[in-house]
Amino acid sequence: MSLVFRHAIVVGASSGLGAEIARQLAADGCAVALLGRREDELRKVAASIEAAGRGRAIVQPHDATQYDRVPAVLEHVMRELGGLDLLVYTAGIMHLPQEGEYDAARDRAQVEVNLLGAMAWMAPVAAMFEAKRAGTLVAVSSIAGERGRRGFPAYSASKAGLTVWMEGLRNRVSRFGVNVVTAKPGFMDTAMLDQVERKPKGPLLTSAPQAASLILAAARRGTSASVFVPGIWWPVAMIVRHLPSFVFRRLNI
Amino acid sequence: MAALRTSAAWRVLDGFGGSVRALSRSVCPASVEELAQVFADASAEGLAVSFRGAGRSYGDASLNTGQLAVDGRGMRRILSFDRATGIVEAEGGASIADVWRRTLPEGWWPAVVPGTMHPTLAGCVGMNIHGKNCFKVGPFGDHVLELDLLTAAGERVTLSRERDPALFRAVIAGLGLLGAVTRVKLQLKHVHSGELRVRPLATKTLSQMFDAFVEHMPHADYAVGWLDCFATGPAFGRGLVHVANHLSPAEDPNGHTSLALMKQDLPPSILGVPKSLLWMLLKPFTNDTGMKFVNSVKVALPEPVGRDGTYRDSHAGFAFLLDYVPDWRLSYGDAGFIQVQLFVPDANAREAFAEALRLCQRRGVVSYLGVFKRHRADDYLLSHGLDGWSLALDFKVPREPKRLWDTAADLTRLVLEAGGTFYPAKDQVVDAASFAHSLGDRLTRFSEIKRRLDPGGLFANDQARRLGIV
Repeated sequence: MSLVFRHAIVVGASSGLGAEIARQLAADGCAVALLGRREDELRKVAASIEAAGRGRAIVQPHDATQYDRVPAVLEHVMRELGGLDLLVYTAGIMHLPQEGEYDAARDRAQVEVNLLGAMAWMAPVAAMFEAKRAGTLVAVSSIAGERGRRGFPAYSASKAGLTVWMEGLRNRVSRFGVNVVTAKPGFMDTAMLDQVERKPKGPLLTSAPQAASLILAAARRGTSASVFVPGIWWPVAMIVRHLPSFVFRRLNI
Repeated sequence: MAALRTSAAWRVLDGFGGSVRALSRSVCPASVEELAQVFADASAEGLAVSFRGAGRSYGDASLNTGQLAVDGRGMRRILSFDRATGIVEAEGGASIADVWRRTLPEGWWPAVVPGTMHPTLAGCVGMNIHGKNCFKVGPFGDHVLELDLLTAAGERVTLSRERDPALFRAVIAGLGLLGAVTRVKLQLKHVHSGELRVRPLATKTLSQMFDAFVEHMPHADYAVGWLDCFATGPAFGRGLVHVANHLSPAEDPNGHTSLALMKQDLPPSILGVPKSLLWMLLKPFTNDTGMKFVNSVKVALPEPVGRDGTYRDSHAGFAFLLDYVPDWRLSYGDAGFIQVQLFVPDANAREAFAEALRLCQRRGVVSYLGVFKRHRADDYLLSHGLDGWSLALDFKVPREPKRLWDTAADLTRLVLEAGGTFYPAKDQVVDAASFAHSLGDRLTRFSEIKRRLDPGGLFANDQARRLGIV
C-alpha cells in the first residue's frame, strides 16, 4: 500500500527539512500549507514550489508556540486547502549550551517549540483523523531523544518527550486507521547543524532532500512506525540506548 | 474572548450504534451559571451547541460536527426525594440509574424506563423515551411534573402542564433544540416488591404476537415482544412475548426485602465469563450465520418457569436487558450498527410489519434483533408517540453498506405510507422530507417556538440539520 497525499500542512516549513518535505510533497501533486514564523522565508519556499510547476502552496505565518492560535489557523488553512490528510510537524530549535552555561529560559524555549507546539498541533488533527478513520501524522523528532546528551540536555529532553508523545498517540489512534510516523534523523546538513563543531562526514551525514525523501517514504507506507533517518542509525541507537548510564556518561557523545 | 474556540477540548463522539461519529468541541459545565456562560460564549463565538448526556441515542442526535457538544453529566445531582409522595427532583444530567438506585430501596421505581439504565433525565425528556409499559402509562413525558429550561438567552424558566403548557409540550420530545433541561421533577411509581412476575409466551407467527399483546395488555403492567427476523416459511414472524406484572403484598409478603439494591444488581458474570469481556465472545456471532443460529437457539431454549408458567425477575433485570452485556455494541465491529424503529398506527401495523420483515429478507439485509412494543398517543409537539405499535430492528453496517442504506430508505417509505412516525433517539437514516411529512404542521409550530426562543439558532446538532429541523 502506498498512500498518496492530497492536502498537507507542514509546520516549520520555512527552512531546512520542513521546506524540503513541502517541496517534495508539492512535486507529487499535493497542496501544501507552509507554516512558520518567517513569512519571507515561507514565500521563498512557496515561490520555488510554484516555479517547479506542480502542486500548490499556501503561506501561513505561524509561531508554533502560539498554542491558542492553532484551532483557528488549522480551520483557516484546511478551508484554503480544501481538506487535510497529512500533518508534518518539523518545527524545532536547538541550542547547544557552552561549557558551564545553564540557561533555563533557552531550555524552556526548546521544549515549547519542539514538544508543546507538536502537542498543540497533533491533538486536534489526531482527533479529526480518528473521527474520519484516516489520515497521517508525521513528527520529526531526533536521535538525540534516545538518551540525555551532555552537549544538549534540553534538546534531548524535548525530543525524547516528542518521541514518547508520538508513540502514545500512535498507540491511541493507529487502531482507528490513523497512520502515525515518528522520524528520528541523525545528523542532517541544515542550518541547525551549524552550531555543532565536530561535524560528521560520510554516511552519517544526511542532506535535507535525502532525509525528506526517506521520511515521506515512511509516511506513504501507511503502516505507522518510528523510523531512524537514515536507517543506519538504528543499530547505533540500539547500542547507545542500552549502554548503562555509568558508561554513557563517560563517553563524549 | 474566543475562549471556547481555543480552549475547549476536542472529542470524537459517536452515536450508540457506532455507525456515525463526529469531532466536536466539548465542555462539561458543573452548574447552571457555568452553562449560561457557555451559551453566552458560544453565541459570541458563533458556535452551535448540542447536548450530550450518556450518548445512548443510536444515531447522530448528540453529535455536532466542528461545533460544541455540551456534556450534561457535570450536573447530575439528585436534588430532593420525597418518600411519601414519590416525587424526585434531579439535575438534567442525572441518569435513570442515579434515580432508581436512590429511590427503589424506599419503594419507588421510575414510572417509565428505557431498555438501559444509563440515559440522563434530560435525554429522556428531549427524546420522550418509552418503556415496555408504554401501552399502559404512556411515554416518559407523561410522568414529568415540572422542568427547568435554560434558554439561549441564559434565562431559566420553569415549565409544567400548568405553567406555559405549550412550551412544556414542545420541550418534551424537543430534541434539546429549545435549550438545556437543567432540572426535572418526576413522579415515580410506588412498588411493593423489588420483583416482577414474568410470563414468557412463545408466538409462532406475527399475528400470534399481535394477538398475545391484545389478549394480555388489559391486565399486564409490561409487555415486550422479540422477533426472529430470520425465520421464513411457516416459522415466519415467530418470536417470544414477555408479559410482566408488579407483585401485590399477597403474592410477595416480604416484598420489601427485594427492594434492596443488591437484589437488583445484574449478574457480574454470565456462564463464568466476566461481564466486561462478554462482548468479545459475541463478536464471532455478529454475522448472518451466527445471528441466525442465536435467534434459533432463543426460540428453542425454554425459559425456567414455575408450574404457573411464570418466573420472577428484579425490576432492573427485567427492564435493562441492554445492560447485561456492557459494550455489546462493540461486538458489531468498527462500522457499528443502526437501529430502525418502525412506528405504525394500530390499523396498519400487522400488514406493515409483515411487509417490513419480508422486504428485509428479500434484500438479504436481515435484522439481528427485532423488538416489538405497543404504544399510545401523546400530545408532545415533535413526539413520535402514536396509538399503534413499534418494531425495532438492529442492522449491522456491512463493509459495502449501500444495500443497507437502500433497505433503510425503503423502510422509511413503508412507515410513511402506513401513516407512521420516526423516533430520533434511534434514527440515523431518515431524510428531511420524510421527517417533515410524518409531522405535518407540528414541525412548523415547533419551528415558530424555536425562532422565538432561540432566534440566533444557538441550539443545533447533526441530526437536526439532517432532518431539516434547524
